[in-house]
Amino acid sequence: MWTYIIVGLTFALYIGIAIWSRAGSTKEFYVAGGGVSPLANGMATAADWMSAASFISMAGLISFMGYDGSVYLMGWTGGYVLLALLLAPYLRKFGKYTVPDFIGDRYYSNTARTVAVICALIVSFTYVAGQMRGVGVVFSRFLEVSINTGVIIGMFIVLFYAVLGGMKGITYTQVAQYIVLIFAYMVPAFFISIALTGNFIPQLGFGSTVNDGSGMYLLDKLDGLNQELGFSAYTDGTKSMIDVFAITFALMVGTAGLPHVIVRFFTVPKVKDARTSAGYALIFIAILYTTAPAIAAFARTNMINTVSNKEYATMPEWFKKWEATKLIKFEDKNADGKIQYVKDKDANELTVDNDIMVLANPEIAGLPAWVVALVAAGGLAAALSTAAGLLLVISTAISRDLIKMQLNPNISEKNELLWARIAAAAAVIVAGYFGINPPGFVAAVVALAFGLAAASFFPAIIMGIFSKRMNMQGAVSGMVVGITLMIFYMLKFKFGIFDGGKDAVAGLQKSWWFGVSPEGFGTIAMLANFIVAIIVSRFTPPPPASVQEIVENIRIPRGAGGAHAH
Amino acid sequence: MSDQNLKNYWSRNLRYLVILLGLWFLCSYGAGIFFKDALDSIRVGGFKLGFWFAQQGSIYCFIIIIFIYVSWMNKLDNEFDVHED
Repeated sequence: MWTYIIVGLTFALYIGIAIWSRAGSTKEFYVAGGGVSPLANGMATAADWMSAASFISMAGLISFMGYDGSVYLMGWTGGYVLLALLLAPYLRKFGKYTVPDFIGDRYYSNTARTVAVICALIVSFTYVAGQMRGVGVVFSRFLEVSINTGVIIGMFIVLFYAVLGGMKGITYTQVAQYIVLIFAYMVPAFFISIALTGNFIPQLGFGSTVNDGSGMYLLDKLDGLNQELGFSAYTDGTKSMIDVFAITFALMVGTAGLPHVIVRFFTVPKVKDARTSAGYALIFIAILYTTAPAIAAFARTNMINTVSNKEYATMPEWFKKWEATKLIKFEDKNADGKIQYVKDKDANELTVDNDIMVLANPEIAGLPAWVVALVAAGGLAAALSTAAGLLLVISTAISRDLIKMQLNPNISEKNELLWARIAAAAAVIVAGYFGINPPGFVAAVVALAFGLAAASFFPAIIMGIFSKRMNMQGAVSGMVVGITLMIFYMLKFKFGIFDGGKDAVAGLQKSWWFGVSPEGFGTIAMLANFIVAIIVSRFTPPPPASVQEIVENIRIPRGAGGAHAH
Repeated sequence: MSDQNLKNYWSRNLRYLVILLGLWFLCSYGAGIFFKDALDSIRVGGFKLGFWFAQQGSIYCFIIIIFIYVSWMNKLDNEFDVHED
């Protein structure tokens, strides 16, 4: 009941905002007219950035990975430093609408533009399919409709405000969605932190003593519990140092290279605002990202205490409820009626899906029904806001970078806007299709979207700003080599297609290049992109003088305002 | 703006970037990954320090780094008179 009311109210709010902020021009559709305040843009960026994966899955992942989970925490926040220092202000000064716009103009060629469009489409489509799936999953668990009905409802909502409002509608709905999702994330975290540690701020409770009279620190207790069950200590990892480094680096650089994040910084009025706005975005993101590892540790402690060596018959109601969704599985291998949760695969009797840690948390902690409803609304806000941002990148890539810039440069403003809307609608339908019929590889590929962005866009943009000598030949060959190498490595070591399919993947781990996993390979592919681009550019003519002037011009802030006056 | 001025502005900017990206690298890859084991021998409350940097501290540092950059660049823009009005 509560769930219907709260989810219904938030949806009504998003639609209301969409009607109020519909777009009248291409500039409004692409970059919200360039008049968004840095604070609002920071909030919208945070909502855009934090997807269903951040909201639903991340704390659960960390909970199982312990220290190794830090790759997500550092990787998905550190990229904002790169954005603020190396990309956002210069791209804002450049003052166009899309990432392929920059690549196409800076490297004076439609080949470069097309390569960029293809990279943008690959990255965005893999990402958006996962979001629609997330919408479906939340709907099916909390509103008891089928996953497919959930995806279709989600499609209509996104269709409505993305097609009507473009970037302008998306920006202001994202501001609202940020507030919904952060509230939904923090309320249960406060309650659980108090219950477990007596300190209501989760970031501090994380380092406090447990409330059970033992006087032990939470993390020490958790290390002990983990080791008793055969896992490695919570605060130590199992991954190699080089792999932790490579994954973190690939996620950081990938974040800074994601088109739907970069494009958000085109919407603020000034260069100065682009810098500040990246800082605000990171503050808003950090609220969730510093809470997540605390939730992860609380949830793991609670879970082990609740289930380990306890009678199956005495399990609380939530256990049975999630068992029905198959996200918790129990198999009494030694038939003693108790639950053995241990590292050893043959003796372990319990499997718990990562995703339920956040979703089930309020129930595990026995919180009231309205908090559970809030979490559902928050999960939907996270998925919808990210989906909308991605759809915008897809639609502008088609209406602007393909139609306006290449196929039909004389297209009228009105027709371009129409095409942007048609492309957005088509993209929603394709995304919805993948949400309903997820190809088995979606989940795996979403994580790799970062590697793809790191291997393609990041070097091309950085060198476009920081090297006047970088030319078209260098940038294009760098991007092609980078993304091809990344795709090859992914196919070989993630899907095993050259060695007989999925089953071969585990055996291939020994032959990883430099001991780097496919998730971390973006770092290597990015280096390859840089090296190839620099070598090729040295043997080919420098860019024309007009392009060198563009580079000089984007390096100083003055003169960015007029073009985008609101 | 004269060429020499532009050059000076740009090299100051690059110097800031080197300093701040150095900090960025130290607080995440340094404290959270490469020197994690050494730092773990130091305890702050219930946290081992290396673990704390990896899961909390690095994120706080990132925010501070961005705002230092914002304030340095605002000053630099004014000094070289390239700020927006």
